[in-house]
Amino acid sequence: MSDLNTFRTETRSWLEANCPESMRVPIRSFEDIYNGGRNPEMSHPDQKIWCDRMAERGWTVPEWPKAYGGGGLSKAEAKVLREEMARIGARSPLDSFGISMLGPALLKFGNEDQKLEHLPPIVRGEIRWCQGYSEPNAGSDLASLATRAEDKGDHYIVNGQKIWTSYADKADWIFCLVRTDNTGSKHEGISFVLFDMATPGVTTRPIKLISGSSPFCETFFDDVPVLKKNLVGEEGKGWTIAKYLLTHEREMISSFGAASGKKTLGQRAADNMGTDASGRLRAGTLRSVIAQYQLDTLAFAATMEKVTAEAKAGQGLGPASSIFKYYGTELNKRRNELLLSVEGESALGWDGEEYNEGEIARAWLRSKGNSIEGGTSEVQLNIVAKRVLGLPDA
Amino acid sequence: MSLVLNEEEIMLRDSAAGFLAETANVDAFRKHRDNPPPAGFDQALWGSIAEMGWCGIAIDEAHGGLGYGFTGLGLIIEQMGKNLTVSPFNSTVLMAGTAIAQFGTEAQKQEWLPKIAAGEVVMALAIQEGSHFDLDSLSTSVSAQGDSFAVKAEKRQVLDAIGADAYVVVGKDVSGYQAFIVTADQVSVQDQSMVDARSSGTVVIDISLSADAQMDPQSLNSGGLERALDIMNIGLAAELLGVSVEAFERTVGYLRERKQFGKVIGSFQGLQHRAADLFAELELCKAIVLKGLRAVDAGDDLGGLASAVKAKLAQISQRATNEGVQMHGGIGMTDEYDIGFFIKRARVLEHTLGDFHYHLDRYALQGGY
Ligand SMILES: Cc1cc2nc3c(=O)[nH]c(=O)nc-3n(C[C@H](O)[C@H](O)[C@H](O)COP(=O)(O)OP(=O)(O)OC[C@H]3O[C@@H](n4cnc5c(N)ncnc54)[C@H](O)[C@@H]3O)c2cc1C
Ligand SMILES: Cc1cc2nc3c(=O)[nH]c(=O)nc-3n(C[C@H](O)[C@H](O)[C@H](O)COP(=O)(O)OP(=O)(O)OC[C@H]3O[C@@H](n4cnc5c(N)ncnc54)[C@H](O)[C@@H]3O)c2cc1C
Repeated sequence: MSDLNTFRTETRSWLEANCPESMRVPIRSFEDIYNGGRNPEMSHPDQKIWCDRMAERGWTVPEWPKAYGGGGLSKAEAKVLREEMARIGARSPLDSFGISMLGPALLKFGNEDQKLEHLPPIVRGEIRWCQGYSEPNAGSDLASLATRAEDKGDHYIVNGQKIWTSYADKADWIFCLVRTDNTGSKHEGISFVLFDMATPGVTTRPIKLISGSSPFCETFFDDVPVLKKNLVGEEGKGWTIAKYLLTHEREMISSFGAASGKKTLGQRAADNMGTDASGRLRAGTLRSVIAQYQLDTLAFAATMEKVTAEAKAGQGLGPASSIFKYYGTELNKRRNELLLSVEGESALGWDGEEYNEGEIARAWLRSKGNSIEGGTSEVQLNIVAKRVLGLPDA
Repeated sequence: MSLVLNEEEIMLRDSAAGFLAETANVDAFRKHRDNPPPAGFDQALWGSIAEMGWCGIAIDEAHGGLGYGFTGLGLIIEQMGKNLTVSPFNSTVLMAGTAIAQFGTEAQKQEWLPKIAAGEVVMALAIQEGSHFDLDSLSTSVSAQGDSFAVKAEKRQVLDAIGADAYVVVGKDVSGYQAFIVTADQVSVQDQSMVDARSSGTVVIDISLSADAQMDPQSLNSGGLERALDIMNIGLAAELLGVSVEAFERTVGYLRERKQFGKVIGSFQGLQHRAADLFAELELCKAIVLKGLRAVDAGDDLGGLASAVKAKLAQISQRATNEGVQMHGGIGMTDEYDIGFFIKRARVLEHTLGDFHYHLDRYALQGGY
């Protein structure tokens, strides 16, 4: 315990000395989130400085092993670090698919060379990754993917198309599912490969979303050479890795549901729309819908807390974890929908200072994608029905 | 406090589950329903419950209890919900016991808590007036007359009123809440036949009481009554959790075995998604009930949380039991089949000390809107 206290004191003073003031301001837009990469995009130059300082101690990914550039912190120390960062309102120095998705998969399935080559640049925010899973005809039914990888001895030649590839136009490398074998069942013959997006034959075409931004792309592969050293795990056994990575992706997406901001939706509504003499929100029907939303948010947070506590106590990840992606994203959609009711006209603005560049409307529209990306809500329910409740396929 | 059960708690829960599944299960409930004993409960079962020490689990050692905490009590109550166990446990231990611990005088605690802990007494809480539980609209039923108090009230939905030896009666006088402990010979009780086939009654009080029957008005009016009710509602939510989870598990079991259209009906996605969504909601229920139980033990402020727990469990117990009947098809509507027992029990529990709407409203008010 005293070790932890020492760690806390040291961490506190280090953060005080090293976290720029500008990085202690809450994140207001997607541009304030630092994703790193060869050509990092920034709303403030301190983003890179903050990331570099944290990366030097491995604290962009506090719990990864030191051997791969991580912080090597224990769970308890990482918690202290999070608490101390929260104390001064420090932003996360780096958010990336490398950290949340590829890293955990490489740590589990990658060979030593692959870990040494790819993990440190992720920690330092030097290489930005994108995810090449979905195809025009392989969405929910991901295993029916058709992008081919032909064996050419020491390398493969990849041909095909991906779609909905988030930030493909900004990413430096891609982790990609390809078909190396067509003869078995659809789950067999899928391989998990890594390659540089600058390789000749890779092109991307941005797709504009209903929220107005274009974070994702169609991605085309035309005779793209991929060295075999960049095959993760065994050839044809990529489905297991793909699924493992999806569990991490879903975890990340479900956390979008965690309400941010100091005021609850109910308090915001009370400020905007007024209360009666008894303290009740004047808009009575809205009031009860908000209360139900707040209630479910509270219960969901308790569920996350309980599952985390059980895992820590060595009781394993209970079945409750399988509902996080589904419930968290549906909750986030409810929240955004209610925000429109609470804010009224000002939530519908699209451009201009007055509307904060349409922040609320754009976030509302973007939230609709949460229950699609990383496996749709319906697919999540299918998984619970089958795996947890033991109900048979139709 | 962490939202994970420790080994001791798991053992307690499992031993309660084992005992109740054997001796106080759904078959036993059916027998009780068809042939209710005069006292409203099975004396032998009540004796065994007392012998196991369950009645004293949340009562402190200074007053004859085990001082083990409220979480343990909640785990037992949840198992009683799963098994539809009939006993005066809720009325005596959860309701009267909590009331006395929260706003009884020291003399009353010394007199009654050891008896409750030993299972030597059956007690009931008489608070509700009219058809809805509503603390704000309690009538002025108490007036001081020199050293004594005139109490005139009709209290409804008093659980286990028939077999009770004594009652905690909560009312109001001109300045605030007043509560008394009265014995069975001081009131008249009318049986109310309720949908869940448990003992319940209307208690009519019209009497002059001496000051030693009066409970501590100070703690009663400085948040003690609200806290006691919050604790009771969290306990009731624990029983609702047991009822809901059991109804759900029975229903999923049925989905796996009933065949129509040449397949088990559990293979139809229209049912699968409803079941999976309900599973998700029940996981939330488990977490929030445990959060409530832990908060009681930690001495946390309960206001918003207790109403949240009760509202959530009220809502999802409705879903779980309604879907239970629906997904069983025609057989779910029959008296011969057990699933109907769960829907009946769930509604009485929900409406005890405030239903879904009452608690959702209170939760919102506590949240500042
Ligand atoms: C914002 C966003 C970012 C994304 N980023 C990436 C990325 O970086 N990389 C990547 O590879 N992919 C990405 N995706 C793609 C995402 O994974 C797919 O969109 C998703 O898997 C659904 O596939 P689909 O779009 O083909 O829809 P479909 O599979 O065609 O589904 C259409 C509808 O049918 C329902 N449905 C399908 N099958 C079933 C079934 N068996 N039972 C019941 N209902 C069913 C679905 O739930 C959905 O409502 C992203 C998507 C979004 C919205
Ligand atoms: C009050 C009452 C009065 C009745 N009176 C009469 C009467 O006078 N004459 C008479 O002949 N019958 C009568 N019935 C029977 C009634 O028509 C059947 O109960 C009903 O058709 C359902 O059949 P089941 O009970 O076998 O349920 P099941 O068919 O076994 O259904 C069980 C559950 O599975 C669901 N399910 C079944 N198939 C599917 C599917 N393909 N996709 C999704 N879900 C599915 C059902 O919706 C239900 O929730 C009566 C029933 C009741 C409750």
